Amino acid sequence: MDVPVLTVRVDAADFDVGQEIAQLRHAHPGVGAVVSFVGTVRELHPGADDPASGLVLEHYPGMTERSIEAMAQTLVARHQLKGVTVVHRVGRLMQGEQIVLVLVAASHRREAFMACECLMDWLKGEAPLWKKEFDRDGERWVMANDRDTQALARWGVRIGAAQ
Amino acid sequence: MKLTVKYFAQLREQLGESETWAWPASAAPEAKGQPATVGALRQWLQGRSPAHAQALHDTVPMRAALNQCLCSADDALVDGAEVAFFPPVTGG
Repeated sequence: MDVPVLTVRVDAADFDVGQEIAQLRHAHPGVGAVVSFVGTVRELHPGADDPASGLVLEHYPGMTERSIEAMAQTLVARHQLKGVTVVHRVGRLMQGEQIVLVLVAASHRREAFMACECLMDWLKGEAPLWKKEFDRDGERWVMANDRDTQALARWGVRIGAAQ
Repeated sequence: MKLTVKYFAQLREQLGESETWAWPASAAPEAKGQPATVGALRQWLQGRSPAHAQALHDTVPMRAALNQCLCSADDALVDGAEVAFFPPVTGG
């Protein structure tokens, strides 16, 4: 059986990158390429000593998972991928913690790199998730920026097409 | 027409998590010969309270979902639908 393996999780729990890669490869031990992207909570004020800063991630239970699955399925078909894993954390995350994992398995590296970057741009542009920053001065919602919209536009995936 | 409206992020903080509205027939767009759309719902909700008027104001950048699928303001509502309003997303 050569069925692509799709895993999408949205929850508070942290993830182990090595374990996730092992699980993805287990289904397709002969796969030629696995590309991984790990997003982490960056420091809000570089150089400043503010270890109590971080992010709160909010999602739309049900819709968030389904929209990411639809994106992954679209890319599996478009790039003949062997498997995709997406883990997105929600809740309160401190500076330096892992937020998001995207794994893409394909026969060759080119498809794997492209699909991994496209999926990250698509997820950032369309998956229902919202970030709120907090630090010693308080908390504030993160605003969407044009850079992310432009990053998504270059892949030719239609806005809203993931649903 | 009965609708469940959900809010997320800034909107949730301003208006609460969700509310269920029975859109009175007399106030429904159909009564005025207009289609009942997601955009018409947003307009109607603006009149519910000063908080709604501010949070859902036309100038506030907003996305919407109809039964958990991203939708446009022109999409038609159906009885019992779940409609969500939220700011542009910022995950990843």
